[in-house]
This record gives sequence, C-alpha cells and structure tokens, in this order.
Amino acid sequence: MSLRQIAFYGKGGIGKSTTSQNTLAALADLGQRILIVGCDPKADSTRLMLHAKAQDTILSLAAEAGSVEDLELEDVMKIGYKDIRCVESGGPEPGVGCAGRGVITSINFLEEEGAYEDIDYVSYDVLGDVVCGGFAMPIRENKAQEIYIVMSGEMMAMYAANNISKGILKYANSGGVRLGGLICNERQTDKELELAESLAGKLGTSLIHFVPRDNIVQHAELRRMTVIEYAPESNQANEYRQLAEKIHNNAGQGIIPTPITMDELEDLLMEHGIMSAVDETQVGKSAAELAAG
Amino acid sequence: MPQDANQVKDHFELFRGEEYTDMLAKKKAEFENPHPAEEVARVREWAKTEEYKDLNFSREALTINPAKACQPLGAVFAAVGFESTLPFVHGSQGCVAYYRSHFSRHFKEPTSCVSSSMTEDAAVFGGLNNMVDGLANAYNMYKPKMIAVSTTCMAEVIGDDLNAYIKTAKEKESLPQEFDVPFAHTPAFVGSHITGYDNAMKGILEHFWDGKANTVDKMVREPNGKINFLNGFDGYAVGNLREVKRIFDMMKIEYTILGDQSDVWDTPTDGEFRMYDGGTTLEDAANALHAKATVSMQQYCTEKTLPFIANHGQETAAFNHPIGVEATDSFVMEVARLAGVEIPDELAKERGRLVDAIADSNAHIHGKKFAIYGDPDLAYGLAKFVMELGGEPVVVLSTNGGKAWAAKMQDLFDSSPFGANCKAYPGKDLWHMRSLLFTEKPDFLIGNTYGKYLERDTGVPLIRIGFPIFDRHHKHRYPVWGYQGGLNVLVTILDRIFEHMDATTNIPSKTDYSYDIIR
Repeated sequence: MSLRQIAFYGKGGIGKSTTSQNTLAALADLGQRILIVGCDPKADSTRLMLHAKAQDTILSLAAEAGSVEDLELEDVMKIGYKDIRCVESGGPEPGVGCAGRGVITSINFLEEEGAYEDIDYVSYDVLGDVVCGGFAMPIRENKAQEIYIVMSGEMMAMYAANNISKGILKYANSGGVRLGGLICNERQTDKELELAESLAGKLGTSLIHFVPRDNIVQHAELRRMTVIEYAPESNQANEYRQLAEKIHNNAGQGIIPTPITMDELEDLLMEHGIMSAVDETQVGKSAAELAAG
Repeated sequence: MPQDANQVKDHFELFRGEEYTDMLAKKKAEFENPHPAEEVARVREWAKTEEYKDLNFSREALTINPAKACQPLGAVFAAVGFESTLPFVHGSQGCVAYYRSHFSRHFKEPTSCVSSSMTEDAAVFGGLNNMVDGLANAYNMYKPKMIAVSTTCMAEVIGDDLNAYIKTAKEKESLPQEFDVPFAHTPAFVGSHITGYDNAMKGILEHFWDGKANTVDKMVREPNGKINFLNGFDGYAVGNLREVKRIFDMMKIEYTILGDQSDVWDTPTDGEFRMYDGGTTLEDAANALHAKATVSMQQYCTEKTLPFIANHGQETAAFNHPIGVEATDSFVMEVARLAGVEIPDELAKERGRLVDAIADSNAHIHGKKFAIYGDPDLAYGLAKFVMELGGEPVVVLSTNGGKAWAAKMQDLFDSSPFGANCKAYPGKDLWHMRSLLFTEKPDFLIGNTYGKYLERDTGVPLIRIGFPIFDRHHKHRYPVWGYQGGLNVLVTILDRIFEHMDATTNIPSKTDYSYDIIR
C-alpha cells in the first residue's frame, strides 16, 4: 500500500487533536504504521499518544542546538501508542516570530531526514484559523493528499471549515490535494447534524462522521490517553473506530471543494432556523432605540 | 577651493590636502568626543592577546564579517550556466541587485537576473500576482529559453509555494505550458550560497529528469558512456571550466558540463551585447540523465544534487576543489576510470612540469605558515595544496563549513607532518580570523578580497584566492584546477612571498643585505 498522507484542519479548540489522535490510534489498532506531525504551536497533537504533557518540539530543540541542521531525527521523534511515531513542530513565543515559517522549517527537516520512510500513514494536525503560507504547507503538492476538516455546528467553526476549503481549492488545481470530508465533533448546538450535512453538501463533500459528545473523552484526556486506549470497550471508542475505518476506506474519494461566500453561509444558518432573518431596519440600533421605536 | 579645474585631484590625493586634514581633525576634536589616543592604542594592543581571543571565541549571538553569502546567490550562479537561461528570484528587488552587482564586480561582466519585485502588499497577500506578471514580463522582454526560479527570505517567510505559483502562472498564460521553469526554494537565512547552488542545480535536473513538475512523463534512463561534470560554486568558473574541457578533450572523454558559466561571464567586446552566451544546452541537461557517472568538484556544493543523481542509477564521485599534484591525480584517475579511457602522455607531461615547478620553488614555501579561509571545499583544496608544497597551514576557517567538514579537515592535517599544528574552524567569521592572525602568527593569509582589511589590521600579507575578488582584475580567467591550475596557484602564492620579501629587505644598508635580483 502506498503512503496515505492526510491532514486534520479545523478551528482552534474544536477538538482536532483529540479527534485525530483517537482516530489514528484506531488506525494503529488496524495494523497501520503511522507518523503524526503536529503543526500547532501549542504542541498538543501527540500528548495522548505519548502520555506526556507536551513533547519537545523541533523548533524548541533547534533553538537550543542553534539551528535545525544540528538536530537528528531521533532527537525529535518519539514513539507512542502502538509504535505511532510522533513529532511536534512547535512554534515561537506568542507575539514574536513566525509560526508559519516554523511549520515549513519542520516539515523540510522531516523530509530531509527521511522521517517518511516505512510508514503507511502520515497525519498532519494543523491549526485552521491561521491562513498564512506556512499553515498551508501540508496542503502543498507531495504532502497531504486528503484533508479532513474537524468542525461543529457553531458559526465560527463552520466559517473556518469554509475558509480551509478555500485554501484547498487554491492548491487543488495545481497539485493533488483533495478534501476528504467533514468530521463533526458534536457541541450539542441546535440541529447540529443537519447543519453539518448541509454545509458538507454545499462544499461538495460529505459528512464523513458525526462524533457524539461523551464525557469519557475528558476522562481519557485527563489521563493523557486516547479513548481507544483508556476504554477500548466504550461506545465512544467504537465511534472513533468507525471514523478510522471510514477514513481508511476513503482513499481516492476526495473532492475539490466548492467553498461558499459569507452570505451563503449566513443563509445556510437561517435556512435551519439557527439565525432569524435579519431585519435591515433594526441593524445598528441599540436596545433602547428599538424599545423607543 | 580644494579642486582646480585644470588639475583635478582624484580621491586618493584630494583628502590628504590641508583643508581636509584640518577639517577632519577639528571635527574629531570638537564633535566626536573621542577616547585619548593612548586608550585607543591600549585597546588595539589588548585585542591582539590570547585573552581577547578567548573572549572573541566565546561570542554567541553576534557574527562579524561572515565569509559567506546567501542561498539565492548560489542559485543564480547555477542558473546562468544553462543555455539562454534567465535567473528569476521571487522576492524583493534589493536582494537581486546584490546578486547582480556581486557577480559583476567579480567577473567584470554584466550578470542578468530579474526579481518578482515583491513589496509590502505581496508580503501580506502572497506573491502570486508578482510571479504571474513577473514571468510574463521576463518571458516577453528577455526572450529566454528557460527561466530558473529561486526565492529570497521574504517569499520563504510567508511560505509562497513556487510549484503552485508557476503552474498558476502558466494557466494564466504568462508563458507557454511547455516552457521550462525549474525552481528551487532557497531561503537566504538557511545555509549559504553553496546550499543555494545545490538546491538550484538539483531543481533544474529534477525538472528535466523527473517529469517537469508532473506535466510530462519522467524520463527513463538509457545508460551511455558519458561523464557529467559539476563545478559547484566557483569564482574561477571561467578559467576552470575551460581548463577542464581542455583536459576532457585531451582524454577523449564524452562529457556534459552541468552549468557552464565560462562564456556568459566572459563575453567578447565586438559590438554585440550578449545577455546570454554559451551554457549547457537544455537538451544536454535532460540527456545528462543517461550518463554513466557524475563528477562533482565540490562535495559540499552538491550534498543534495549528487545523491539525487546517484538515485537515478549513476555512479558519482565528489572532490574537494582539487588543487595541486595529488588532488589533480585523484581527479584525473577517477575520471579516467569512470570513462574507461587512458590518461594521455601530454597530461602526464603537464603533471611533470608542475612537479618540476614545485621543486624549483620549494625552498621559499617550505615551512612557511599559512592561515586560510574560504568555502569548505576551496579551503580544503588550498590546505591540501599548501601542505603538498611543504607549507604549514595553521588556521583553516570556513564560515559555511560544518562539523563534518571540520572532521574531514582534521583527517587531512593528521595525514602529514605539515598539518601537525593546524586546526579547522567551522562556522567562524573573519573577526575570529583576526584574533587568530594575531595569536597564531601565520606568515601569510589566503582568502578573498575581504581579507585586505585583515591584512591592514594584522600586517599578515594576503594572497588573494577565493570568491569574491573585487580589487584585482581577471583572476577568474586563470584556472586553479588541473596541473596548469596548480601552476597558477603556485605562482600566485610565490609572487606574494617574493613581494613581501622585497618589501621587507629594501632599506639601504639596513635591511637590504639580501635584496637580491635572484630569488
């Protein structure tokens, strides 16, 4: 089997890292050899695999050693649950430097050091609300081929999902990157499933899985474990296994997304009754003014 | 008035006139609030001590006068070696002005190179429009056969994707779909000009051999008996490549020079401006895939290119800027072995002549101590040659040399008693070299033009070998490779030794006891 290169994108805090690590743990249970490349400056894309607070990142080690060229692959790659190889790119302190460039530097380093040899899956975990060239690095040609967007029924998560689709579209024509599908991480907002399905439809893709909310995820997280490892018999572990299988069988099914405009996104929310139609006469008026009016 | 229209003084004389010396003295006394001369002298002397050297070597965050340039300079060097190829640097204009002027000052020839002229808006929105418009303009105005794209810091920080941009530019009809636009990401804040050469050369070969960025089928290798030759980043490209071609022709080797800069940087003045001249044809660059083997003259310039070529099934061999008898022997013998040819008697004669010349001059070089700096391969080649001549390198410094290079240098020093007192300094700059010149007290310094400030500060005579050489003309026309090249380097070293000898033995009845006609 050739190397499957996938990436999880999504708004910050949506549960990307949790969803991706649980899914990948389930894939590892299926016997897949996996490399995780965390591209989030907060470096939590591998903690559940390693049972660690945060892994030493490529960039922090490079800063210590003087330059990336002074690092060896063994310094930055840790082995976690079921021999999953884990790497975190890391990033600068808030307010300084360029996190995007950090992602580029890290991925170039991994390529040069041969980190991608002898594996079945490489998975990138990428912050989706930042849209600079660095965070688009995994979308470039010869990197991730299928993007999975983790979202929920919240307006901002859907906005981010749409934005990420725009990024994919930009690169889809020149390279081979495709949108694999949406993964809805339940927030228990109104009509969440319908909304997610309808956004997926608009983007020309499908909702690949709806992951229900379950507190057991938090219990596992507190122990720095995936649900797959913490409670393999649980319903939630089963959900992630289903997701893993769907992704595994989704090879070559990716599409070029058809992102929508902000107006269309708002229309979508109104369609499902999440937002009531805007009365233009009320825009910009305070509560007092409206009461008086 | 300081100037007289009938007898205009140039700047050498002008500022020595009273009106200027008085004015400058007054300015210093009244406005500069300087330290007293004794204090300046004390600090100057202190900077020559071991104590200062130790402090200097414990520097961590500051680099002073690094002896290296940035990646895109090397990318431009690689690109101009191909037939009618326009180097296109995706980034801001000032960077590209530097590459052009740097080469023009060294080779005394115009160097054509364009930029995508990125400004602040491009830094915010990405440089796609600059690439689209820039490629269209470059293609239509300068009529190249190929445009080789590289990048500056700015494009790299914001993460512009050359592959996607070039494809988009072709879709927007900036240039024809089948037009060759190889590319290489060359972030200037990583590595040095030798890394840029490596990336660009690999980018060009990858383009032709591996399916032109997935637009055509990959080429299939059909091995023939040819030899490919990579010079690496070399300030002597004009003289060296002509010499190598002469040697290969003499040996009856079928070869391809990958990146032949010898004509474009040495165009004749005959009334016709040649924006492009000579260079490896694009057809030859593509067919170089079929060669039996590729030889790189500079290992550290081809750390990515050579393995890339080896992965395509060719034999490879790397040298370290071979200079002198033994180094040229290895080069010639390896090439003869790879090509399956005999070494001609004429070449053996040239070797004999070089050995003879070295023997003739041996007394003047034997035991002389040398400090050497330069790119890692050149520094290696020079140190090896100095040892072969019976000289003793004491310091070999390379700002863009790494740990592996330093270990290789140490092996070289260990191979001969002439290297017993020498140390390699990877990653150090010319301010480190300044300290070393004071404390290690070599007799001569070998380096590029920037060494002239070290010569003035330390009094150690400079022998100009390297890149860039701005303040002496035409050195790049004379090879340093091959046995003839060894002879040129020998003469360059000897000339400086004799000049220095004359200059220090010429005061009548005081130092002139050996101010001889015959040396």
